[in-house]
Amino acid sequence: MSELRQLTADQQVGLLFVTLFGLLLLVTAAAALWALRERSARQDEHHQRFKRELRAVWVGAAVFWAAWVSGPAGATALFGVISFLALREYITLLKTRRGDHRSLLLAFFAVLPLQYVLLAHRNFDLFSVFIPVYVFLAIPVVSALAGDPERFLERNATIQWGIMVCAYGLSHAPALVLLDFPQHQGRGAFLLFFLVMVVACAQIVQTVAEGRLRRRPLARHIDRSFSLRAWALGALAAALLGAALFWITPFKAGQALVMAAIAGATGTLGEFVMSALKKDAGVRFWGNASSVTGAVGLLDRVAPLCFAAPVFFHSVRWYFQLKP
Amino acid sequence: MSRADAFGLLLAFIARLITGAQGHWKGCPPKAEQRIYFANHQSHLDWVLIWAALPRELRATTRPIAAKDYWTRGAFKHWITRAVFNAVYVARQRTDDQDPLEPLVEALRHGDSLVIFPEGTRSNLGQPQPFKSGLYHLAEQFPQVQLIPAWIDNVQRVMPKGEVVPVPILCTVTFGAPITLAPGEDKRAFLDRARAAVMDLRPGAAAAAAGAVPAA
Repeated sequence: MSELRQLTADQQVGLLFVTLFGLLLLVTAAAALWALRERSARQDEHHQRFKRELRAVWVGAAVFWAAWVSGPAGATALFGVISFLALREYITLLKTRRGDHRSLLLAFFAVLPLQYVLLAHRNFDLFSVFIPVYVFLAIPVVSALAGDPERFLERNATIQWGIMVCAYGLSHAPALVLLDFPQHQGRGAFLLFFLVMVVACAQIVQTVAEGRLRRRPLARHIDRSFSLRAWALGALAAALLGAALFWITPFKAGQALVMAAIAGATGTLGEFVMSALKKDAGVRFWGNASSVTGAVGLLDRVAPLCFAAPVFFHSVRWYFQLKP
Repeated sequence: MSRADAFGLLLAFIARLITGAQGHWKGCPPKAEQRIYFANHQSHLDWVLIWAALPRELRATTRPIAAKDYWTRGAFKHWITRAVFNAVYVARQRTDDQDPLEPLVEALRHGDSLVIFPEGTRSNLGQPQPFKSGLYHLAEQFPQVQLIPAWIDNVQRVMPKGEVVPVPILCTVTFGAPITLAPGEDKRAFLDRARAAVMDLRPGAAAAAAGAVPAA
């Protein structure tokens, strides 16, 4: 452990990625070997699903690696592009009308880039209020100027919500990289890694617990398997993992435990909210090419992060009284 | 790479960035055969979408139809239709001594594939208008050319009539199984069948036809 502390921040982050990709390689190799075995149709289906998930993890790991390699500016740009793609998918699924055209242009080509520009300049105060305060007024004004009163509130709420989730929420993930802790400069990547790991852990444990416990679902029409106990187990697992990983963060063990519990719990709740949204939009599976135009599955993957990142970011910033 | 090729790649990239331009090959694989693609027409972007959804190798031999008077007027318009898209020009005003389909026949004889919008005009009603007879005449003259129906979904939301800047919204182009003109088939019956083949490709159309999916 003491040798690890001797390394520079860059070397530590590099080591982190080498470990991550090494683990992924091992899992992929094991999966490839396992695929050679004979198996039933049910197992085959499980295996296909596992392969899809594994590919998503690879893509995610590569994105985070690219974000780190390209520095703060690159990370901001990269997450900006992901935000753009997620918002594109969201707007495709939620029906908009002709009168929304100008508001959508504003959202895509002004609000979203501006949010990331504010982030790149580490202007965290304006970054935190730009969308909830200023854009909150701008969108309905542009929409009203278009002169279509039909379902006005509903349409504006739809766009507003999309911006909050896809631009505001997601932009808090790279914001963690740019957050400066005293005595912890240059290690922002660890904080983002910490967040992603505990959220992923909460999701996995929750899914497994849902399968094992078979509790009565809390909201059957939204998610057939979501139960309170499985959710709590997911958050607990996240908390334990967070406490075990405290040494890569600026937190003490107890602080890491609480922060990880918050991140895990909000991430899985975010996923739950997103399944309500996809039921509303009439999508039964993400990523099925034929039934609904636009359901390509990116939104589903980033949803836990979209909801967990702002809560995590502001909890950290408020608790540690960080000033930019 | 020539300037036109580079510009074509740039256009395809922009189309993919804004709309995804996903091609779903449901009824046939993307193959270098001589084909006539026919699709619903809702927006100026329709051609670019189909073109971007095609694999790069097929783009050079797949040609759109352009109205001669409009698309040869300015230098840039002329260049983009001629050098980038290799469009087939047709005259909109019918003259007595010339068949309006003649340039299309010429292109098909030459071995090229075509993309046509048999409604003749853009419609924003959601349902395609009745097809015009050009498709029938081409099918009659070139029985060996495959007729591929295609449905372009969502494009009217990207750029509604009267707007110039497109909004990023995902679109799909679904290519169906080829249809053929039956021997002695009536013109109207064939055109209606072709229109139905296009409409059957709407996302969700198959599910709706098979009986509504239970809401739960």
